[in-house]
Amino acid sequence: MAKANFEVPEITGVTEVPEIQPDSMAHLETFRAKPEFMEALGYPGEMPENWKEKAIEAMGDMLKKYRSLQVFLDACVKCGACTDKCHYFLGTADPKNMPVARQDLLRKVYRRYFTLAGKFFPKLVGAIDLTEEVLHDWYNYYHQCSQCRRCSVFCPYGIDTAEISMAAREIMDRIGVGDKYCNEIIGKVFRIGNNLGLPEPALADTLEGLEEDVYDETGVRVRYPLDEKGAEVLLVTPSADFFAEPHVDGLMGYGKVFHEAGVSWTLSSYASEAANFGMFIGSYENMRKISLRIRKAAIDLGVKRIVFGECGHAWRVAYAFLNTLAGPFDFLDPKYPVPQHILEFTWEQIQAGKLKFDKSANDDMVVTFHDSCNVARATRMGDKPGGQFEIPRNVIKAVCNNYVDMPEGTIKEATFCCGGGGGLLTDDLMELRVKGAKPRMDALKAATDEHGVTHMAAICAICKSQFTKVIPYYGFDMDQIVSVHQLVSNAIILTGQEDEGDDEEDNAEDAA
Amino acid sequence: MSFLTVLIAALFYLATAIFVLGVLYRIWRYARTPAPLKIATTPAPVTKFGVVLRMFREVVFFESLFKSNKLLWILAVLFHYGLALVLFRHLRYFLDPVPLVVELAQPFGKYAAFAMVLGLLGLWARRFLIDRVRYVTAPSDHLMLALLVLIGLSGALTTFVAHTDVVALKDFVLGLMTFDLKPLPGDPLLVIHLLLVAVLMIVFPYSKLLHGVGIFFSPTRNMVDNPREQRHVVAWARKLEEENS
Repeated sequence: MAKANFEVPEITGVTEVPEIQPDSMAHLETFRAKPEFMEALGYPGEMPENWKEKAIEAMGDMLKKYRSLQVFLDACVKCGACTDKCHYFLGTADPKNMPVARQDLLRKVYRRYFTLAGKFFPKLVGAIDLTEEVLHDWYNYYHQCSQCRRCSVFCPYGIDTAEISMAAREIMDRIGVGDKYCNEIIGKVFRIGNNLGLPEPALADTLEGLEEDVYDETGVRVRYPLDEKGAEVLLVTPSADFFAEPHVDGLMGYGKVFHEAGVSWTLSSYASEAANFGMFIGSYENMRKISLRIRKAAIDLGVKRIVFGECGHAWRVAYAFLNTLAGPFDFLDPKYPVPQHILEFTWEQIQAGKLKFDKSANDDMVVTFHDSCNVARATRMGDKPGGQFEIPRNVIKAVCNNYVDMPEGTIKEATFCCGGGGGLLTDDLMELRVKGAKPRMDALKAATDEHGVTHMAAICAICKSQFTKVIPYYGFDMDQIVSVHQLVSNAIILTGQEDEGDDEEDNAEDAA
Repeated sequence: MSFLTVLIAALFYLATAIFVLGVLYRIWRYARTPAPLKIATTPAPVTKFGVVLRMFREVVFFESLFKSNKLLWILAVLFHYGLALVLFRHLRYFLDPVPLVVELAQPFGKYAAFAMVLGLLGLWARRFLIDRVRYVTAPSDHLMLALLVLIGLSGALTTFVAHTDVVALKDFVLGLMTFDLKPLPGDPLLVIHLLLVAVLMIVFPYSKLLHGVGIFFSPTRNMVDNPREQRHVVAWARKLEEENS
């Protein structure tokens, strides 16, 4: 078990709602961005003298631009339906991590400055002045929200705390108070093209290495092209896929699927990042700037389709916002949605009978699937609502013999965030990340105890990084986390492959 | 005309004006504020008709609340459905002749007052008994519940205990509506009831009671899930595009 300088919650398989422990997470303050990183994103480097006026002004501006913010700040009746829904509250017991209380941090100030009741009867309606302490709470607790939208599923008015925390981060950025993790990463995307800051030669080197690995393993020359003009598909994937386990195994899988499907594809060094941290900080402008890189890459490379790799928040920006931010994509092939998810692509190929699998290659595992929060509650795959739940499971079941779900209430639209989403995947928030993972760990334990689950598949770079880092605290092993396309990669039989399984034909029929 | 009649009448004209204008102002503000991104909470309907159905389920059955917490849902249904029936019953004071369906609803509407008050008391109890709900409760939340409970109780008392002269009351109400004032029956319970209702109408547009308006404008519930099929760009975002495309 990993060492911790905080108390790691005990997991039982069932997540109990804790008694509130006020301010139990008040100490956790993520590092602030240095002035140069703030300025690179168009924000002031330091807090101005009149920061209060500026903050209220920014809030007023956001209220005019975002109906969500205006309606959500007004509509809450404090019914408490959301109070036991946030994984961070369930894991930390800090009441300011209850969605309504997190919203109230902003709402109380909104009421004071923007509503009649708050201007005249602040005490009565719980309105407060903006002070340094309030700003401190904003900073700490709006960086304890992973924008996973679980609360929004259960709110009778659909109030989405993600919208509030995004707005709060934008307001803080506008007064020079930004967090280091997100803002530095966005700067890297602008300078280099991806979150990890991998330059073109490093990417080319990695991809060449992958080609060799796949050749050594299968005897088949599968290509992993970079900046190849005229390819049919531009694949945009999180940069973790170039870099870390188990992400890179997923990337190997994408390449094998494209190879077998006979569809030419390429990565782009200019748009070598699927994730869009502009969303995390609630900045339309920055989100748009990052998105436009993908548009430019697609035009420059002359592709016909855009496909996104496994990534959760990235798929939200791609699926729900890309057309808005960087469209219209009328220069692409109108036969396909823009963009597509790699799982939509793979599932289509499986249904068309283009892919052959030896499912027994995954027989050493009993697999469960972690629905990534933003895929589950902010996007879709395929034509039908809920395709985002079905298609990943269909693909897993097509390549694995042993699949089980975790308990109801912890999957699909009620899925728990991994604990590291929304721009919190930084070591200085490790306590929050470990505690926030508790509900998922409980569910995994339940599935392990009941069904002997050995592996949990994920389709998000953040989920994968977070889990591999955090599950050792709970007594699991980091190798238990796999990419869905890693499972595909294990089972796929490449045309002309050496060392094919004996029962290949049977399984190929199953899969088709 | 008694001073009381004039006072209550004036108060109701004022309350009605504030209520109507306040709500209209809110609707106008919500409608005017753009929603720049597609943020439906998914799985979401992929057609407009689907969204209408989703909103209907949300407004009529409290679908999301049901998913969240069954006891809270029951209390909310008791209160809101009780209130709806009670309000429906009150139409008999506003319509002449009284339509058959309002006539038929009278016995239900009478006892719905108890459901309403029971629901309210349950909701109120949560604010004391559940530490999480206690934590987020402001004084105004208690006051709002007190106001509603008192309205319910005073109304029920005029029905079940100290009968009011409903014929005279109806004359008064119809008079109000036609700007032809008739005397208001002077029993204290009725006056208290009317005063509290006027207060409720006045605070409605400035309080959390706005949830009844807000829900219809909630982008996570009222947006069609079709961002790939249909490009969604609001005016301020388009301006941004024109400035630096």
